[in-house]
Amino acid sequence: MELYRLTAHEAHDKLVKKEISSVELTEALYKRIEETEPKVKAYVTLDKENALAQAAAVDAAIAAGKEIAPLAGVPGAIKDNISTKGLRTTCSSKMLANMVPIYDAHVIKKLRQAETIFLGKTNMDEFAMGSTTETSFFGPTHNPWNLELIPGGSSGGSAAAVAAGEALWSLGSDTGGSIRQPASFNGCVGIKPTYGRVSRYGCVAFASSLDQIGPITRDVTDAALVLNCISGKDAMDATSLDVPVPDFTKALVADVKGLRIGLPAEFYGEGTARVVKDELDKAVEIYKKLGAEIVPVSLPHTKYAVITYYIIAPAEASANLARFDGVRYGYRSQQATSAPEMTTQSRTEGFGLEVRRRIMLGTYVLSSGYYDAYYKKAMQVRTLICQDYAEAFKKCDVLLTPTSPVPAYKIDSQMDPLSIYMLDVTTIPVNMAGLPGISLPCGFADGLPIGMQLIGRALDEATVLRAAYTFEQATEFHKVYAKLGGKD
Amino acid sequence: MTATAANNLKVSQDDVEHIAQLSRLTVPASEREKFTEQFNQILNYADILEHIDTAGIQPTAHVLPVSNVFREDIVKPGSALEEVLANAPAVHNDGFKVPRVIE
Amino acid sequence: MTRYITVIGLEVHAELKTKTKAFCSCSTAFGSRPNTHVCPVCTGMPGALPVLNKQVVEFALRAALALNCRINKFNKFDRKNYFYPDLAKGYQISQFDQPICEHGYIDINVEGEEKRIGITRIHMEEDAGKLVHSGATISTSDFSAVDYNRAGVPLIEIVSEPDMRSAEEARAYMESLKAILEYTDVCDCKMQEGSLRCDANISIMPVGAKEFGTRAEIKNLNSFRALVRAIEYEVERQKEILEDGGHVVQETRTWDDVNGVTLSMRSKEEAHDYRYFPEPDLVPIQLDDAWIERVRSELPELPGARQARLVKSFGLPEYDAGQIVSSKAMADYFDAAAATAKDAKGVANWLLGDVSAFLNSENIGIEDFKVAPAHLAELVNLIKDGVLSSKLAKKVFGELLKEDASPKALVEKLGLQQVSDEGAIAALVDEAIAANPQSVADYKAGKDKAIGFLVGQIMKKSRGKANPGLVQKLLKERLQ
Repeated sequence: MELYRLTAHEAHDKLVKKEISSVELTEALYKRIEETEPKVKAYVTLDKENALAQAAAVDAAIAAGKEIAPLAGVPGAIKDNISTKGLRTTCSSKMLANMVPIYDAHVIKKLRQAETIFLGKTNMDEFAMGSTTETSFFGPTHNPWNLELIPGGSSGGSAAAVAAGEALWSLGSDTGGSIRQPASFNGCVGIKPTYGRVSRYGCVAFASSLDQIGPITRDVTDAALVLNCISGKDAMDATSLDVPVPDFTKALVADVKGLRIGLPAEFYGEGTARVVKDELDKAVEIYKKLGAEIVPVSLPHTKYAVITYYIIAPAEASANLARFDGVRYGYRSQQATSAPEMTTQSRTEGFGLEVRRRIMLGTYVLSSGYYDAYYKKAMQVRTLICQDYAEAFKKCDVLLTPTSPVPAYKIDSQMDPLSIYMLDVTTIPVNMAGLPGISLPCGFADGLPIGMQLIGRALDEATVLRAAYTFEQATEFHKVYAKLGGKD
Repeated sequence: MTATAANNLKVSQDDVEHIAQLSRLTVPASEREKFTEQFNQILNYADILEHIDTAGIQPTAHVLPVSNVFREDIVKPGSALEEVLANAPAVHNDGFKVPRVIE
Repeated sequence: MTRYITVIGLEVHAELKTKTKAFCSCSTAFGSRPNTHVCPVCTGMPGALPVLNKQVVEFALRAALALNCRINKFNKFDRKNYFYPDLAKGYQISQFDQPICEHGYIDINVEGEEKRIGITRIHMEEDAGKLVHSGATISTSDFSAVDYNRAGVPLIEIVSEPDMRSAEEARAYMESLKAILEYTDVCDCKMQEGSLRCDANISIMPVGAKEFGTRAEIKNLNSFRALVRAIEYEVERQKEILEDGGHVVQETRTWDDVNGVTLSMRSKEEAHDYRYFPEPDLVPIQLDDAWIERVRSELPELPGARQARLVKSFGLPEYDAGQIVSSKAMADYFDAAAATAKDAKGVANWLLGDVSAFLNSENIGIEDFKVAPAHLAELVNLIKDGVLSSKLAKKVFGELLKEDASPKALVEKLGLQQVSDEGAIAALVDEAIAANPQSVADYKAGKDKAIGFLVGQIMKKSRGKANPGLVQKLLKERLQ
């Protein structure tokens, strides 16, 4: 098998057994990137020199008989909104096109300690605002399963890189589905951990109360390995939780006997495409055969989740993106003669349309006279959404839903913003309630992967992983590769 | 679920101008009409929130019940000056240079 | 002519004396090279997050209790959104609708009249950076340079009720507030360095009116003198407008200390819409009774109590005690000196007299006064014991200012001790009587004043060292 097709844990085994070297593996990945990247465009920046130096260091450690961490020497890719010291971090925005951070995100520090390899930084929707990776200043990423289609987003580059064989694993960030939806569109596994499980320090903030970093991988085992590495309390993030982190690989047990899987009726309604429902129905049958108990549940406020999210997230974003004022870093318009004018012009020229739209939406819902009707109301509805989930989890242990109501669709579909927002309905409530959610492949429709989402109780990633792992062991969907077909 | 047309004008083009100003942005004249229309489309959709009775419901600002997370008052070295200024568009006397502050 | 009532409320920003900033571990040291006490957090680098310094809450709580406030046990931070180059994140982390405390007060005393000034609220927030302008002022500068060393330094904002009715009351409130912040050791209160800043909301209304007039907010008041002058100026300005039939405009004005006027800052100011919302990067603070009571039990003696103690224990006049306690450093100096002084009132007189005059002439605070409290006490004791006349004591004090040493040692070294030896003085007395028969005759003829001349002659002869009391006594005996 081609080295670039390995999972991270397979690569680790081969490194430890000295069947391959990390330099070999890393070079194989860069060769693959060279071949396929012109079609896929998953990366914004590559860091070959440093990656190979790190690989050589890991090889030396192995040669010296040292024990290595599970991700040591295993090449991955990092979403370009995660701060990497000395390596350009653009958020796929003109605003930060030349920004070289002076510090590492907490997750990057942890991954460096684990001696992993960073191949480069992946493309995304600008400032993570979007679900298509089309709002990137650097142009769209193409879905490796069909190059005419979007890879989803906002972590589209991270998912496409894993699917195309351009990285063995990657990091994404998820504010309203930005890990899970592209994972589903690319036939990958993606986890959004419980809010607070992973430090946000160094993840360029979109909506602070919703953002979480998480892995996108080729199987559930890899997801557990990456999650092991990045989880835990960080003194630099007040919202990271000071709770013990279990070894998530211990949860990788193929057994769902007696597990109560809830099916929320609201996720299987008319908004969900037939092809998606069909694959989910089959998945439910598989779980039944495996001994799980299927429980109907209701999450009645689901229909309010999208607009609630599109009030709260832009509100937080309007403040989070205020620091991009052209003073300390980032794009500065050269025409202005005064500081206020400089800031206005820099922001207008430096941000794309969708980012400007969301900043303005957020500004509006917080502004004098509208706060109560929009922002406060949305925060109250958020409470109701949280309560829905608390109620549901009295009846079941995990929830099973489609990850996206539709499969991947065409690049440049010319949809209006609201119609695109509507498609986030399946993933958004999970962020609103701060719960862990995983997406994994559960079938194909017209050659495109369909993803299913498993949602767990807060801090119960273990049960989610176990349910996902059990399904994966019983199916072959994760063993199908993207063909990089279609014309482009 | 499909988006309905912007039949109800919640914000005018002038309002959009004002919001842009508060956000330190401008909406180019060529975009203004369509932008306003889509803005209204989203706000009109938000009307569904009026159907929910939220009287007495506590707003959720933080999803997890955590409080009192503190740092001790111990000085740690900051960043080196050359790092601090490394990404600056313009520098003057170790400071970030900006054009005149008053318009 | 209409008579007007002045209405003043003060908003005071006090920088807390923490070692590190409110939300990062950078030093709060003042006066360093620009941008050398900064990090990704306080320069608002993308992805950086704030973590609250516990000492900020501790200090805010201490100030809140010292100012008689009602503590809110649930605290949260909010983002106050506005753009300015010195504001690194484009928002200030502050407290909006749930401040740490409300409903406090300070009792002031103006010309013997007690008055209670309400404190509306105190909230915690962070300071902004500093703009260094290329020209003399902001409006004559082509460009500015931003220094973020102060960005993120913790502040408390203390908002008063509009309870003050004169510049004197405002000054008294500000002095009391400053003293309390010093006593509780939460702020170093250096108005020149900006660690204590004051904005004044000023309006006037005709006597008998039911509603306050339109107010102007005056900024840049960085001394007590500026506060008083600005209020006096502003009241006159508003009177003139009303007398001319005009309306006072609600606006922000800045105090121009050089020209002694307030100036409108309206230039192109947008209507402010701060769009406050809860800071999602910080979790709430829950204060419990144990925490609050611990801080309360650790409160030091506050100025009011200290004044009462000085009156009671040392018999100082109310006014003198008030003067001494208005500065914690002065009061500490007093207590230290009084501990070994045989005459506490004497210590107080020295402090409020010669010592204060010296400090004023040098433009320094008592913190920088070189004479040790024990030495001042010793000086007072030397007078009390009759070793030094007050005239000689002043001479010794002058020497102490040059070089702090034991006054006793100085007296010996300079040979200044008072001569109280009866034999030696008697010789001088006899000599004077012999040399001044006319004065002797005058005295005997009933002109009591003549004795003063004789005393003077003797003191002169002794070069000031003769004990004046003894001289008097011996003279009177001889001339009987």
